Amino acid sequence: MEQRELVIIGGGPAGLAAAVEAYDQGIRDILIIERDSELGGILQQCIHNGFGLHIFGEELTGPEYAWRFIEEVKERGIDYKLNTMVLDISEKREVLAVNEEDGLLEIEAKALVLAMGCRERTRGALNIPGMRPAGIYTAGAAQRFVNMEGYLPGKKVVILGSGDIGLIMARRMTLEGAKVEMVCELLPYSGGLTRNIVQCLEDFDIPLKLEHTVTQIHGKDRLEGITIAQVDAHRKPIKSTECFVECDTLLLSVGLIPENELSREAGINMDHITSGPVVNESMETSIEGVFACGNVVHVHDLVDFVTDESRVAGRCAASYLRGKHSSEQEDPIVTKAGEGIRYVIPHHIRHQLLQKENKLFFRVLDIYSDVKLVVRCDDQILYSKKKRKLAPGEMESIPITDQMIVNMEGYSEVTVEIQQSGLGVRECKK
Amino acid sequence: MQEVREMVCIVCPVGCHMKVTSNEGQVTKVEGNSCKRGIGYAEAECTHPTRTLTTTMRIKNGEVPMISVKTDEPVPKSLLMACMEAINKAKIQAPIHVGDKIIENILDTGSNIVATRNCERKA
Ligand SMILES: Cc1cc2nc3c(=O)[nH]c(=O)nc-3n(C[C@H](O)[C@H](O)[C@H](O)COP(=O)(O)OP(=O)(O)OC[C@H]3O[C@@H](n4cnc5c(N)ncnc54)[C@H](O)[C@@H]3O)c2cc1C
Ligand code: SF4
Repeated sequence: MEQRELVIIGGGPAGLAAAVEAYDQGIRDILIIERDSELGGILQQCIHNGFGLHIFGEELTGPEYAWRFIEEVKERGIDYKLNTMVLDISEKREVLAVNEEDGLLEIEAKALVLAMGCRERTRGALNIPGMRPAGIYTAGAAQRFVNMEGYLPGKKVVILGSGDIGLIMARRMTLEGAKVEMVCELLPYSGGLTRNIVQCLEDFDIPLKLEHTVTQIHGKDRLEGITIAQVDAHRKPIKSTECFVECDTLLLSVGLIPENELSREAGINMDHITSGPVVNESMETSIEGVFACGNVVHVHDLVDFVTDESRVAGRCAASYLRGKHSSEQEDPIVTKAGEGIRYVIPHHIRHQLLQKENKLFFRVLDIYSDVKLVVRCDDQILYSKKKRKLAPGEMESIPITDQMIVNMEGYSEVTVEIQQSGLGVRECKK
Repeated sequence: MQEVREMVCIVCPVGCHMKVTSNEGQVTKVEGNSCKRGIGYAEAECTHPTRTLTTTMRIKNGEVPMISVKTDEPVPKSLLMACMEAINKAKIQAPIHVGDKIIENILDTGSNIVATRNCERKA
């Protein structure tokens, strides 16, 4: 069996940043395994701009952002294998992969970084009744067709789901000459970034129909139209509001799921809310020496945060390899999603091991305006900030400052929560 | 006349929600922005809204059929479709590298169309 110090699964921005950081920390024997024919991950098809403002201080498109990291990997001479699919990993960090050249590859790694990203939810997961005509795609598949293969999937388009990919594709298809009739969203708010609602829908007068869903698919060979309906408070379609919309293409943008078959089969502890592995401040999973970063841990809307998180993973994998890292160092502080918070990453914090990029990442449960975002240990407030607006579609982050670390000492739990302004600090229930 | 507008800064994905006060079309106060780019955006949006255009172009003799391109400066929002037309008419050949100027000063906007990915000649 081939031996490697560090194997990184996935050559997207997460895997690339982890590789570069581990190299810069002195690790030389690194292998990146990527199933696609080039490095860069999902960014290669995200031709729009808005990447990199926080990491590079300038606004880049997806391919440019990816290119910078690909260059860094090449300059360092870090090994990578393309067109190679990882099939299995074990709790002993044995990696089983396959490609056309080498056939089956068995590699034993001293440390592993999981950076497999996420994939789109498909129509099957949604159960829309009706025929199975051509013309129904996930928004990401359509993005690949238009941006990489140069093929426009249709002329009259409806988009179901207002996630970012759906919004971006509404603009993209419009620019390429298609007519986007509407974007339907089941929830009372969009799951995408507000900036994308502004520049992808409002700029082109594309209606966003909130609390609407598709109830029927029409057409035998090719999609001919859909029936949409408003939904009630329980998200059930209201029959009397049904109406027919003519279209030849339906794009589904109904969410992303971290790609964790490998992690699950290896027996890594998973968080059922994020669908990603449970991680500590070092981005280490429940299996020692196996780290994870990027969309495989939780879906990010900002690649800059993916980079930050992945640098932590790369650096900590390096210190693990040098033996400077022990998982039994101290009892970790558990992070808790309090009132109004869906999840918090990382799940555990060992405060002596915190890195300068460490942040608390989280998403809120609902739309909130004029509230206070609070981080506390029992009734000790570590952080408090007024927020004009919070939305589930926008990942929030709070840097863990030195002062916060000092204040955390002696506690076993740290809670992130939303407090209604004006109520003052809530009494802590003992 | 004083006017207050709620707007979302779209310069970066943080998407700050801003309250913009203007007087006779002149922006006098911006609140809610997290950095100074927000102020510039608010001023532009109140007087002459612009957008960065990103799209693709078909490329001849390349290792891939399409390359991605962008305007290196934002162009007036009203010219987006006209720019698309001009870009779609242009013919290009591999090799092309990140940052290469493909169309100079498109539609006299002062902005250039530049490549955002590499494409080597087909082997
Ligand atoms: C449509 C869209 C628009 C976005 N817009 C923005 C934006 O405007 N601004 C912004 O900052 N961010 C944006 N993002 C977010 C950003 O692109 C992602 O957060 C980032 O790409 C995640 O990086 P990653 O490396 O975790 O995952 P990915 O980029 O998905 O990379 C994962 C890689 O792992 C590989 N892989 C998976 N499984 C295996 C396996 N078994 N074997 C081998 N290889 C494997 C995949 O092929 C892929 O290359 C957007 C994302 C999408 C999808
Ligand atoms: S104000 Fe600054 S941080 Fe906020 S969205 Fe605009 S550019 Fe981003």
